[in-house]
Amino acid sequence: MELKMFIIVLGLLVGSLMLLGGAASSPDMGTGISQNNHDHKDVGHNNTHSKKKSFPVLSFDYDTVRLPFEISLWVLLASLMKLGFHLIPRVSSIVPESCLLIVVGLLVGGLMKLVGESPPALESKIFFLYLLPPIILDAGYFLPIRPFTENLGTILMFAVVGTLWNAFFVGGLLYGVCQLEGLQHLHVDLLSCLLFGSIISAVDPVAVLAVFEEIHINELLHILVFGESLLNDAVTVVLYHLFEEYSSVGTITVTDVFLGIVCFLVVSLGGIVVGAIYGILAAFTSRFTSHTRVIEPLFVFLYSYMAYLSAEVFHLSGIMALIACGAVTRPYVEANISHKSHTTIKYFLKMWSSVSDTLIFIFLGVSTVAGPHRWNWTFVIMTVILSLVARVLGVVGLTFIINKFRIVKLTTKDQFIIAYGGLRGAIAFSLVYLLNPNHFPMRNMFLTAIITVIFFTVFVQGMTIRPLVDLLAVKKKQETKRSINEEIHTQFLDHLLTGIEDICGHYGHHHWKDKLNRFNKKYVKKCLIAGERSREPQLIAFYHKMEMKQAIELVESGGGSKLPSAMPSTVSMQNIHPKKTPHERALPQLSKAREEEIRKILRTNLQKTRQRLRSYNRHTLVVDPYEDGWNDILIKRKKMIELEKKISQMNNYLTVPAPPPDSPTIARARLSSDPQAWGIKATTDSIPTIKVDLASPQSPESVNMVDEFGKKGSQPKEGTEEGGLVMKAPPAAKQRKDKTADEDDDREPQQRLMRCLSDPGPAADEEDEDEPFLP
Amino acid sequence: MGSTNSTLLKIPNVEELMQETGFSSVHIIRLYDRFKALDKEGRGHLCPHDFGAIKELAMNPIGDRIIGAFFSPGQETVDFNTFVKILAHFRPVDKDRPRDPNSPEPINSRSNKLKFAFQLYDQDKDGKISRDELLKVLRDMLGMQVTEEQLESIADRTIQEADLDRDDAISFEEFRKVSAKILHLKKAPVVMSAEYDC
Repeated sequence: MELKMFIIVLGLLVGSLMLLGGAASSPDMGTGISQNNHDHKDVGHNNTHSKKKSFPVLSFDYDTVRLPFEISLWVLLASLMKLGFHLIPRVSSIVPESCLLIVVGLLVGGLMKLVGESPPALESKIFFLYLLPPIILDAGYFLPIRPFTENLGTILMFAVVGTLWNAFFVGGLLYGVCQLEGLQHLHVDLLSCLLFGSIISAVDPVAVLAVFEEIHINELLHILVFGESLLNDAVTVVLYHLFEEYSSVGTITVTDVFLGIVCFLVVSLGGIVVGAIYGILAAFTSRFTSHTRVIEPLFVFLYSYMAYLSAEVFHLSGIMALIACGAVTRPYVEANISHKSHTTIKYFLKMWSSVSDTLIFIFLGVSTVAGPHRWNWTFVIMTVILSLVARVLGVVGLTFIINKFRIVKLTTKDQFIIAYGGLRGAIAFSLVYLLNPNHFPMRNMFLTAIITVIFFTVFVQGMTIRPLVDLLAVKKKQETKRSINEEIHTQFLDHLLTGIEDICGHYGHHHWKDKLNRFNKKYVKKCLIAGERSREPQLIAFYHKMEMKQAIELVESGGGSKLPSAMPSTVSMQNIHPKKTPHERALPQLSKAREEEIRKILRTNLQKTRQRLRSYNRHTLVVDPYEDGWNDILIKRKKMIELEKKISQMNNYLTVPAPPPDSPTIARARLSSDPQAWGIKATTDSIPTIKVDLASPQSPESVNMVDEFGKKGSQPKEGTEEGGLVMKAPPAAKQRKDKTADEDDDREPQQRLMRCLSDPGPAADEEDEDEPFLP
Repeated sequence: MGSTNSTLLKIPNVEELMQETGFSSVHIIRLYDRFKALDKEGRGHLCPHDFGAIKELAMNPIGDRIIGAFFSPGQETVDFNTFVKILAHFRPVDKDRPRDPNSPEPINSRSNKLKFAFQLYDQDKDGKISRDELLKVLRDMLGMQVTEEQLESIADRTIQEADLDRDDAISFEEFRKVSAKILHLKKAPVVMSAEYDC
């Protein structure tokens, strides 16, 4: 049913797209001036002659909104496509999304051609300036720094040496092939071939991301292929410009080669430096945004985009600038910005990169139909074969050398995946598109060949990589979240290995890492992170993040048992920060308030767990039992009960008397209707605690329960019938340390709690992007 | 550096040492030079304060523990053989060693590496990392920047996560399970491949 509706909507959309495309004329859309347009102009013209026309009730004035309208329509089409694929379950598990999108693009392009309109091709400017940056920024911001730096040598080898090898191998052999009889009419000279080789040899980050994301291979392989695709941009840029410059001249001297090498260093290091500078600026700016939380994400996006553009001005590697900016910005910005801004950044980046990615693939399909082609069997087939062969040889050869220096060697399986995962994509296409047809008469042939290679890699390799991964039993990504244990042990081992290195007198990997960490801690963090968080050790930051995630998880899954360790930590957090006035507490000292929130969430849930369960089952969006993580949550809860019993022995942790409890449902309801949600309300006592879900048979009781608790009469309710939820309310008679302090900021955090809850929820995302910088 | 043969001859039982630890002669010589450099008074053995003279080690939060690991309980000195044997733990794992059930496990096997790390946590050598020991480690690593309650809650959380048999301490097996993932990713120091500062 859903699917049918969806297809109808889609059909209408595509139809309207074509109609509008036909109804207008623009440089993008080709040169069809259709009848509609002409008539429209005539009518307008005539109107000026009549004396007084009656007020037009309904007029059609498409030209003023044409451009934004079309752009929006395309983006909408792309997004609907994405939606559609996930509605068709069978297909999406076999065919990677990128393939489907290209097919859609082909269809749309074909339809457009049928209608008589020439379909738009993927303009290189649009691609490089608007479509590519979000994807790269998303990748750079969430780059897992630790595996990246640990494998940096390998990645660089693949990126630089591998790409060079590919370029020369393919270019040279193609030239050789073209010298054969029968193909000499193509007039392809050596430099053009080398240029072509360099364009086609670069592994494309967009395609790699699109395919690898779905197959979930282990972290090492993922970072190797992905890192390579990012870093080879510098090589591609240099080679491209070098060959393009000199192909008109026809020769290259040794000085040119030497200059090329220098250029490479300048391009890559320059790009990184530019990115790092902007990154530091962004981090520094975020230090002062405590009063204007709403625009925090904007700074991150703007600075990064500026980094990209600035690098492009000087023909430096924009991709590397963007990666450097994202990677440098993240640890500091995350320490400074609010939780919501963090979520915003994350989701905006994901959204933009997703849209970009979809659009790119669709346009690839459309451009295939549109672009001027010149098919030449030999050339194209040879290109495909040579690029494959070059990739395999390159990977095998390089791995042989690299394994001499690696501790964790790359196995044959790994090599196969790395070679097989070398997908080409839209960057190569756009680079060819940028070529001037006057200088390169063979541009169309190149275009055809490139598109064939791209199609081959994306379709054939993209589709078969998943079954191959399963067949070869390649290690998959471990879904387990990083635990505090691992964090502690990793740090411990770091210290241990650094110590051993010092004893041996060896200045190795760990030594320099340790030095960098110390420098970071001593100077950089102080500058770039606001307030007290600059002194917060990494372990603590990690611990907070984890607790927060867990608390949110528990709340969203419908009530929770006591998180034993959350309780003490909140108090301890309070002990660190000096007492502040209520006004100042509105400042986001989130480390303290966060813990306060967690505690309150948990306590309020404790009291009404029994009711909560049933009421949630009726109205609220219960976690889908089939959703991932639900089982984990249940298991966790069971564990929690048992541990909770033990923890109850511990009596040196305190509780704060609960404020009048406010279920998240109420809070959400109230918030959505309250435009002034950001203000600090007076008290929560006066707000009637009416449960939203009145259909629940329990509701009258639940109101009573709420009131009962409101009177601070603690009634510990032991009960484990409800599938293992503990409902033990902390007796108010326990010791309280900073009672006065707590009562004051009871209300403040309550508001922040509501703000926190109205957030659509990062939920239990598994991504490892939340890893701290250099853990 | 002098001719390798002459240096090798100065070291007692060098053949046996190489066999046991798996270091090559080049490595042994480098370690010997380092040993001599640390042993400023030329006594032929090291004492704790020789280690303490390494300034980077002094800054290391667990520096004392590492130094302590070199000295067996009750001993005040470390001779060259022991020095090398302990450092042998950090050699990269030999993937292709023949699995001879009769010979003892090599020093740098994964299991022995883990045991070494475990012993650094477990100072009283009772085979478990108790909550107090964990607290001490956290205190060392986190220093003065956090309060007791925070440390305690982290320690509780850690034990909670790792402790499977509910004895409120982390045994070696539990430790092994947790660390398996990390150690796989960790690079042991490539101890011998570069020049170093004497």
